[in-house]
Amino acid sequence: MHVFLCDFLLDIVQNSLEADSGTVSILIEEDRRMIRFTVADDGKGMSEETQAKAQDPFYTDGIKHAKRKVGLGIPFLKQTVDETGGEFSLTSAEGKGTTVRFGFDMMHVDTPPFGDLPSTLVAVFSYPASCEIVAKRSLSTSLGSGKWEVRRSLLLDALGDLRSSGSLVLLEQYLRSQEDDLDAIRISHDPEIR
Amino acid sequence: MAKMTVEDLRKLREKKQNELNKRDINGKDCQVIIGMGTCGIAAGAKVVLDTFLKVLDEHKITNVAVTQTGCMGLCYVEPTVEVLVPGMPDTIYGKVDADTVRKIVVQHIIDKKLVADHVYDRPSADIIKNGGR
Repeated sequence: MHVFLCDFLLDIVQNSLEADSGTVSILIEEDRRMIRFTVADDGKGMSEETQAKAQDPFYTDGIKHAKRKVGLGIPFLKQTVDETGGEFSLTSAEGKGTTVRFGFDMMHVDTPPFGDLPSTLVAVFSYPASCEIVAKRSLSTSLGSGKWEVRRSLLLDALGDLRSSGSLVLLEQYLRSQEDDLDAIRISHDPEIR
Repeated sequence: MAKMTVEDLRKLREKKQNELNKRDINGKDCQVIIGMGTCGIAAGAKVVLDTFLKVLDEHKITNVAVTQTGCMGLCYVEPTVEVLVPGMPDTIYGKVDADTVRKIVVQHIIDKKLVADHVYDRPSADIIKNGGR
């Protein structure tokens, strides 16, 4: 089971990065109560039958691991969503792409903590894939609203590579400065004890 | 920190490159591959990635390639890390936490000695195959 919501994001994004996608779009939208994630790709997509199977922990396509009988990424996410009153949807079309949406009620006492978004996105942007990755983050609270957006191609252009430890340290600083910029409007989500 | 622009990032990289290129010999041709499958993530692989970047930066090493792969088939000892260093056997370390990362950087990458307690695959096979290179 994953410790942070960002761990689910990282796990689900990898499916898109390995689906022969041209562009992977990631949305992280946070308001007073919910954090909603959207991971959309234009990769190979799944048939309706495969979409249903992907939600079964005892299914994998067998491509990465020939004798493997389990695939836990989406089942882990669904389990946590179900346990915490969250949202989950998966839409896909073969040859067109897949969109996974999931949201968590931050006031639910069993919802995992958000985690560290900048370092999670370091892992996302440095994943060995050649597609474009666009990450958009927005925060809207009683104190105001703010957002930021990053693109893999621009980062690659500025840093030269997304592989060497020196580049990744700078990438982390850059992403953290984007997220820190939202501090003035950030609120803590204190769970309701019912 | 003030919000950086992509242009700030580019300038920072150019500045760092000029400062470090001359003395950056420790990490040359070294590669760290972190197992980032569902099993790895659940066991704390992201902490391992964060710590590698932090510790390499502390030692002013900027040229180690830090990449990711899926599950390496050693789910029971996640987080796992494969470390490729010239002159050393290709090594897979398991049960890696922040302290182990520190040992891998200092002992394996800098001092060229295995972190024996965490070796889970590769060295012996490589030593036999390559005559203990």
